Amino acid sequence: MMAKKKQKKRTKVDAKTLAKKQREISVAEFFQKNRHLLGFDNKKKALLTTIKEAVDNSLDACEEAGILPEINVEIIDMNKKQGMKKEISEQQTTLVTEEIKEEDSGSKDRFRVIIEDNGPGIVKKQIPKIFAKLLYGSKFHTLKMSRGQQGIGISAAVLYGQLTTGRPTRIMSKTDAKSKANYYELKVDTRTNEPNIMAEKTVEWNKEHGIRIEIDLEATYQKAGQSVDNYLKQTAVVNPHVTLIYTSPDAEQRVFPRVIEDVPEETREIRPHPYGVEVGMLMEMLGTTEARTLQSFLMKDFSRVGAGTAKNICENAGLLPKVKPKKVTREMTEKLNKGIQKTRISSPPTDCIAPIGAEELEKGLKKEIKAEFYTSITRPPAVYRGNPFIVEAGIAFGGEQNSENSVRLLRFANRVPLLYQQNSCATAQSVMKTNWRSYGLSQSRNSLPIGPATIVIHIASVWVPFTSESKEAIAHYPEIIKEIKLALQECGRKLASYVNKKKRIVAEGKKRDYIETYIPHVAEALKGLLGLNEKDEKNIQGMLKSLLEKQRGKLEQIKVEASEFDESYALADTEEE
Amino acid sequence: MPDNKKSEKTRKDILPLIRNIARDIYSKVLKKKSPDLVFPLRSLSNVKYDSKDGYFELKGKKKKRSLTAATVKTFAQTLRMMGLSKELVESDDIASKREAYYISKNWGESKFKEQPESDSAMDDIESMLMVNREQLGFIPEEKGGEVAGKLTVVDRDQDTGKQIKIDCTKFGSGAYSIPISVEHLKFETNAKFILTIETAGMFQRLVKHKYWKKSNCILVSMGGVPTRACRRFIRRLSDEKKLPVYVFTDGDPYGFGSIYRTLKVGSGNSAHINEFFCVPKAKFIGITPKDIVDYKLPTHPLKDVDIKKIKDLIKNDPFVHHHKEWQKALKQMNKMKVRAEQQSLAKWGLNFVISDYLPKKLKDKKNWLP
Repeated sequence: MMAKKKQKKRTKVDAKTLAKKQREISVAEFFQKNRHLLGFDNKKKALLTTIKEAVDNSLDACEEAGILPEINVEIIDMNKKQGMKKEISEQQTTLVTEEIKEEDSGSKDRFRVIIEDNGPGIVKKQIPKIFAKLLYGSKFHTLKMSRGQQGIGISAAVLYGQLTTGRPTRIMSKTDAKSKANYYELKVDTRTNEPNIMAEKTVEWNKEHGIRIEIDLEATYQKAGQSVDNYLKQTAVVNPHVTLIYTSPDAEQRVFPRVIEDVPEETREIRPHPYGVEVGMLMEMLGTTEARTLQSFLMKDFSRVGAGTAKNICENAGLLPKVKPKKVTREMTEKLNKGIQKTRISSPPTDCIAPIGAEELEKGLKKEIKAEFYTSITRPPAVYRGNPFIVEAGIAFGGEQNSENSVRLLRFANRVPLLYQQNSCATAQSVMKTNWRSYGLSQSRNSLPIGPATIVIHIASVWVPFTSESKEAIAHYPEIIKEIKLALQECGRKLASYVNKKKRIVAEGKKRDYIETYIPHVAEALKGLLGLNEKDEKNIQGMLKSLLEKQRGKLEQIKVEASEFDESYALADTEEE
Repeated sequence: MPDNKKSEKTRKDILPLIRNIARDIYSKVLKKKSPDLVFPLRSLSNVKYDSKDGYFELKGKKKKRSLTAATVKTFAQTLRMMGLSKELVESDDIASKREAYYISKNWGESKFKEQPESDSAMDDIESMLMVNREQLGFIPEEKGGEVAGKLTVVDRDQDTGKQIKIDCTKFGSGAYSIPISVEHLKFETNAKFILTIETAGMFQRLVKHKYWKKSNCILVSMGGVPTRACRRFIRRLSDEKKLPVYVFTDGDPYGFGSIYRTLKVGSGNSAHINEFFCVPKAKFIGITPKDIVDYKLPTHPLKDVDIKKIKDLIKNDPFVHHHKEWQKALKQMNKMKVRAEQQSLAKWGLNFVISDYLPKKLKDKKNWLP
């Protein structure tokens, strides 16, 4: 029974009263409410995201500086280690490593993450802002292929550590061999989103250059699945030029060695292509441009727009080329956008993307995955919405991989492994929509194929379109799906010819085994029938074998060329996802 | 009529035959040529029938087994089996088909999985050498058949080799059992004919009432399709003593096409030895479709397998092809869609077969089938 509600007369509230409630939202509050957007949904993911952001930054920095990256990752379970002083290492890193305190005992999910690289380091002035101010970075404003894009990552990890443990993050940076290293203890001021420097000093660090970051945080560690171990392993697959040294919370050390001695080619920054820009972005660009006229704005601030194309755009938009950018209204911007879409503009330059390279990707696969057949390809550059991109794919087939389960799909964007939301990713959709049966794998409708294989898909672009801010799944642009499918088909064809050849050889081998089983019996029977001696019997066997060889031809050989593979380095692969 | 004096090859003749085949294979192997074994194709499609010769004779079709991946196992097994035969002949021993199968269990991977495989290898060898398996030292498991009546079989004592005379009138309610090998037997008789009977039940009835005494004959129970020994026994007896042979079977396609036809002209599978293992002079006095009508016999409907057998006989059997009478009888049965058993004569009284059917039928040559 519903009780009759008494209609209470509402009192009116005026703006002044409301204004008392209105205040600036602190970053801490924002973070608390939106941690899922940044990859800190839960303790397990927080650990992965923290390491991922730090490692991605280190790799970007090394490559930009032309250094072959060597990155140390260490996770310490503080509960296990409490009271123990970290052993003094040769690199004297203990200088900055705090003693793990009594208070950490009992706090079960408390971990310390240490990431150290051999990158160029960061100049003293920039250190606090880069690590302790959210949305501060160099990458957001540029169209350039890099791992990080939003500039949220590492400072979010610092904030997360600070919120869950109350401790500052410790940073050590050294930019050249002669000077000392700069040491900071940093927090994010959660009211102002400004760095809060807790401690600052110079220290000795016998390393030429690099960054070392140490964050205490609440986390849970898991070995299999969407784990740090798998993230590092997959990173090793698509970054064969990187050496990763990983110490797990169980104090096991694993090395993912470098197999390529070249730093990836430096990528060029490009201006946006007109096709990839929306009205709001156009308005902002018009507001900040230094160009005097609409025509010169189009020519200077976009790629692939010359004087002719700029004039065509203006004509199609019904705007005067001479109009001042600052005078362009919202309505005019709408017209301009439509004019752009009507005009034929050549595709953006593609030299701004550096693919891994088919050969290098194959090397990466070979060193991390034990299989019997490897293939990989790099597609020519293509364009979605004015953004150039390149798809690469690879397959590692056979070996000790499970043949009963679905294939393992490894997804990468700009060399970064994507571990979450596989099913909503354009890569998984493309794999499911490819007919793998004709390539020798079994597959039911609209699902991943089944067989002993690992499929790698890498998308490199100046702007990889993700379905959400946490950068976990690639958006379903038809141009991208088409390219992925073409890449998979090309790999698939090579796989099919291998699988078929293998089947043929296995069948032939079986037949030969069969024949060779019975040859001695034929010989023995003849020996008995004709009263021959043992020498004759051996002779018959030999004759029959060479007769057979003549009949069936030489047996083809298939051999696996995977000298890069080292069992001890590839242990992380054994876990099933 | 085949000349029964043209005796079969003796066991001593077998050895050179086996050795020749082995030597041929050996020399081919030494020349690095693929060796092969050649057999006559053992099937109805490879036999012809001529009433002058009186039995199924091989046509020329041959089967060649070259040494390849598909045949290497049976190739090895066939040679092994020949080796076993050689041993048996040399040591004057015998092995039953079942024993031969068990001996193969010593041959490692080339052993036989099931007995039909070893039987088939045995058949291959005998057809390849054109001899009877008994000459190779292999004997069947089953008995040859049973005999009662006016016949004395002269056999030898197994130990002393002394002659033994076996009087087939003196088995009371039982009968003399035809041995697996009959070549050495001699016969003494004054009977007028041999009556061979399909079922043991009918044989028992005729023995019980001493039909053989009444009509002065020799009774032979075949117990279904006659074994080789049974066929050879009847053949030798009828040839040597110049006795007519009458065959009394059920009135069904099996009685006509399998029992009677095999006794008279042999089978497709053993075409290479039919010459000696058939009784061309046999006549059919069993139940015919006409008898079913004339005697108003109780019947059973034809089953699908019966109808198939009738069609197969009319279409593929060279013996039926040759005899219009048989075609007519089979077609009539197919139309009537019924069959009748020997024992169905009991409708008219248990001893109707003795008092009426047989005496009448034996006189009435018009109603025999060839």
